[in-house]
Amino acid sequence: MKEKIQELKQKFNTELDAVKDTKALEDLRLVFFSKKGLISDLMKELGKVPNEQKKEFGQLINGLKKELNDKFDEKKLELVKLEEESEINATEAYDESMPTRCACGSYHPITLVQRDLEDIFKSMGFDVEDYNEIVDDYHCFEALNIPKFHPARDMQDTYYLSTPNQLLKSHTSAAQNAIMRKYGDALKKQKRPIKAVFPGRCFRNEAIDACHENTFFQMEGIMIDEDISISNLIYFMKTMLSEVFERDVTVRLRPGFFPFVEPGFELDIQCLICGGDGCPSCKNSGWLELCPCGMIHPNVLKYGGINTEEEPDKYTGFAFGLGLTRLAMMKFGIKDIRVLNEFDLNSLSQFVSK
Amino acid sequence: MFVSMNWIKDFVDLEGQDLEKLIKRFTLSTAEVEGIEYKGKDTDAVVVGEIISCEEHPNSDHLHILKVDAGDKVYDVVCGAPNARTGIKTAFCKPGGHVCGMEIKPAKLRGVESFGMCCSEKEVGISDNHDGIMELEASYENGTDLKDIFPIEDVIFEVDNKSLTNRPDLWGHYGMAREFAALTNQKIKELDIMENPYTGDKEVDISIEDDNVYRYTGVRIENVTKKVSSNVMRTRLYYCGTRAINLLADLTNYIMLELGQPMHAFDGNNISRIVVKKPENDIRFTTLDGEEREITPDTLMIYDNETPVGIAGIMGGLDSEIKDETNSVVLESANFDGVNIRKSASRMSLRTDASARYEKTLDPEMTILAIKRFIKLLKDVDADCVCTTNITDIYNKKYPELTVSFDKKFIDRYTGIDISCERIKTTLEQLGFATEQTGEAFVTKVPSWRATKDVSMKADIVEEITRIYGYDNFAIKTTSAPLLPTKTTDLRREENLVKDLLVNSYAMHEIHTRVWCDPDAMRDIDLVPEENVRILGSADNNGYLRTCMMESFLPAVYANRNYKPSFSIFEIGRVVEGVKADGTANEQRVLAISMYSKEMAEKNLYLQAVQIVNTISNMLKHRLPKYAKTEVTHAWQHPKNTTKIMIDGTEIGVLNTLHPKILKKISKNAAVVCVEINMDNLLGVPALDLLFDEPSRFPTIEYDLSLIIPENVRFENIEECWNTLKIETLQTVSVIDVYDSDEVKSITVRFVFGCDDRTLTGEEVQENIDNILNNLNEINVNLKA
Repeated sequence: MKEKIQELKQKFNTELDAVKDTKALEDLRLVFFSKKGLISDLMKELGKVPNEQKKEFGQLINGLKKELNDKFDEKKLELVKLEEESEINATEAYDESMPTRCACGSYHPITLVQRDLEDIFKSMGFDVEDYNEIVDDYHCFEALNIPKFHPARDMQDTYYLSTPNQLLKSHTSAAQNAIMRKYGDALKKQKRPIKAVFPGRCFRNEAIDACHENTFFQMEGIMIDEDISISNLIYFMKTMLSEVFERDVTVRLRPGFFPFVEPGFELDIQCLICGGDGCPSCKNSGWLELCPCGMIHPNVLKYGGINTEEEPDKYTGFAFGLGLTRLAMMKFGIKDIRVLNEFDLNSLSQFVSK
Repeated sequence: MFVSMNWIKDFVDLEGQDLEKLIKRFTLSTAEVEGIEYKGKDTDAVVVGEIISCEEHPNSDHLHILKVDAGDKVYDVVCGAPNARTGIKTAFCKPGGHVCGMEIKPAKLRGVESFGMCCSEKEVGISDNHDGIMELEASYENGTDLKDIFPIEDVIFEVDNKSLTNRPDLWGHYGMAREFAALTNQKIKELDIMENPYTGDKEVDISIEDDNVYRYTGVRIENVTKKVSSNVMRTRLYYCGTRAINLLADLTNYIMLELGQPMHAFDGNNISRIVVKKPENDIRFTTLDGEEREITPDTLMIYDNETPVGIAGIMGGLDSEIKDETNSVVLESANFDGVNIRKSASRMSLRTDASARYEKTLDPEMTILAIKRFIKLLKDVDADCVCTTNITDIYNKKYPELTVSFDKKFIDRYTGIDISCERIKTTLEQLGFATEQTGEAFVTKVPSWRATKDVSMKADIVEEITRIYGYDNFAIKTTSAPLLPTKTTDLRREENLVKDLLVNSYAMHEIHTRVWCDPDAMRDIDLVPEENVRILGSADNNGYLRTCMMESFLPAVYANRNYKPSFSIFEIGRVVEGVKADGTANEQRVLAISMYSKEMAEKNLYLQAVQIVNTISNMLKHRLPKYAKTEVTHAWQHPKNTTKIMIDGTEIGVLNTLHPKILKKISKNAAVVCVEINMDNLLGVPALDLLFDEPSRFPTIEYDLSLIIPENVRFENIEECWNTLKIETLQTVSVIDVYDSDEVKSITVRFVFGCDDRTLTGEEVQENIDNILNNLNEINVNLKA
């Protein structure tokens, strides 16, 4: 019996040495370790051994089995490793510098800037509203305290339409009245301040060149509540613009005249390029004129149904207008405004996202 | 508008003030300053010099050799001025001195040494007269600094006219000075005027025949003998952008720049009776710039009896112009309706300094003040002139007196800061608002020069107080509004999702197109704008708003045809679908998609468009649209492949390929597919609720059928064959293969059967398949062999 064990061990070692791949190793496993394999045969022979020796031989066979198993496992690890290595060596190293076809679409630059701003305003609790492009005389002028014979109402500035009293909206302010009416109830009944921005396309009859367009985008905002003050307006504009330009901006207000605000302001920001020292960008003044704003005119609040004859001062508010087109040009360094409306994909396809 | 600080200083004491700082404050408190110019800083050592001898230059036919006594010594000067002659006094720049930045160095001119230069008015920068050297009055002592004779040194700043549109009072120096007074915490000085220059009963004969004349004030002045304005006046006029002409014309300009009140001086010999009215018919009239102009009956005119002599508020006539020999004038100082003047000026394209001011609705109280000031200034120069009539004044429209009542609490609320009662009162009074205070309550009277439209209510008063207080001095603070949720509107949510889908999943490009048609661009592809709502005043084919997006999009596709072999563009824009029942434009918000490809077959491009529409519908409404072929409504639509898109019974759009005629114009070898989806209609379609359907734990059975499809059978017909059976265990049906050749068209459909509570048997499935096959058989769809 002992000899048989020794023989088997010898045979296994010789054959294991000859194994060169995992397939041959599997064959070897079947020969030695399967149910009908050589080790099983040996175990069967144990039955013929006298009882008093059974224990000794049993231990010997088990020891053999373990020894061969360990050797087998070791060999297997070694072979798998070798085979992986040769597979890796045989693999091609791919060339990622090969040009590919770009599968990117693009957003219009106005969309990108508009979304940025809408995100900022939403984060500050503003509703985002949309409004028609065709409006009537009342909403565009009358309701905004722009009197009948104001120059802005002349044909050379405004596109009037063949339909009665209608025109292409010349400013986003045209939506103010509708927004006040939409949110006025919540203001009065739930004391929910009106905070809304309304971006939109505007039209003015202008000859087109690198700096002028007859079709452009603005974003108007209003905030109305009891006791909204000029101090609140300055705070808000500074906070909002710091967010827009992603840095702390310095603002200043100058008197500016717009019929729908009183007092009205031109808001300047300290030049972002020179920091106020003066450079060509700010025409050496250190300041950039950025957006008109002001306290909403009492008449406009009245026309919007916010204040009544009995309580003409109950609510106050401010309004501001941002030039989306100008902001988009500033943000992306677009020098010629015509790029925006001339649908040339060589230009517009560049705006894959922000 | 140019403003002279010397002039301002006539009315307000600015001694010791830093003018530059002050002008910057003016920007922040009043109106935008566009630039500051320091006049005379670069001119020095220019003095009165007397030419004591004048000889011809031996080597020149026009140069002279002068000896000039400049007080300190006599200089040898070579001079080319034609008027150089012995005995006159002139402006002389000594060697080493400067005129307008240029250093005057000793130099040799044609062989003769010259020390210094005799100067023209242009050379010292006080006019554009360069005809010859200046000729000064003999009374000036030689060597006197020219700056003591002419106000050469001045600070001039320019104000953006646009920022003055609502401030009629700021169109003259006196009004500007009032701002500087308030900014430096003082009151403006009274204007020096001549009261009661005449004590008889003669009047100027004036008759007003039109409501647009608010006030007309006139006076006749005789025996005006002096012709030249004072040095101060001439220099200031020049610095403020006006050329000096003669004494009377200069004075009208000077008063206009000082008070903002336009004036006109008619030659007194031409005027017997002034009539202001509109002409009955079109007339022709020559204005003093020599232009003959067409005057329509809407235009307010000044007549002498029946002879037109001026366009009211805009420009006088050539025939009654003040000439150098004029010694008698009739002065006009009037106030007209601002809108009428603006319209006339714009109709004639003749915007003048006068009309620009009238447009702003000037204060009618100024007319008489301006005449009194004119007489005072005229008398200062020409003491012998006499008024030969009363100041005749016809005052037809007086603005009501306005008072505004408010209290400090209101100001505090509106400003958000605490401005003292004392500060409020002082500021208002410095600006000319007579103000009474009782405790913390105020009653303020709006001065006439602010009462024509500018100031009328409490909010206006807030502006007056705060702008002088200075916005830079405001403490700023946040609001204390309650915290309430805000919600993105469904409209915006859908737009954002659609844009993201098209850009990110389908690599489309968002473009912007105009809301009106471009007939030129459309003509290139054989299209004409469809009849629609129009922009007024546009000619020919121009100005039609688009009826649908494709009127803009097809030209956009054409313009980009060489961009790449394949591209897709989209936009959510507005169209006008004719007019609504009430006659107003029917504006609709529409998503347009155009896909262009030279690489894909039209059919595949079309099916891809269907896939995109299905995805949009599924994404937003959780259900698929239905399609129905429809009649074409536009010239570019393909008669066979134009399809309505319906969701839940609502028509939301149209999908089409192009009519071959238009397609060939765009490209001979590309396919184009168009989609328009009405985003407003889509918004109105309710989305199905998303309800979770737990995946079954039991295995499903797949069953594939390869079917031969006869011509004219659409997939929706085939679909009917199992849909009508309402097989509960049929979970999904998909097309896994399409074979399409000239001879035969076949598809492979995969049916997936399953049940939530048990495993299906092969027999159950086979039974269903047999039923389906029976139905298919009825529409001649058979299994592929």
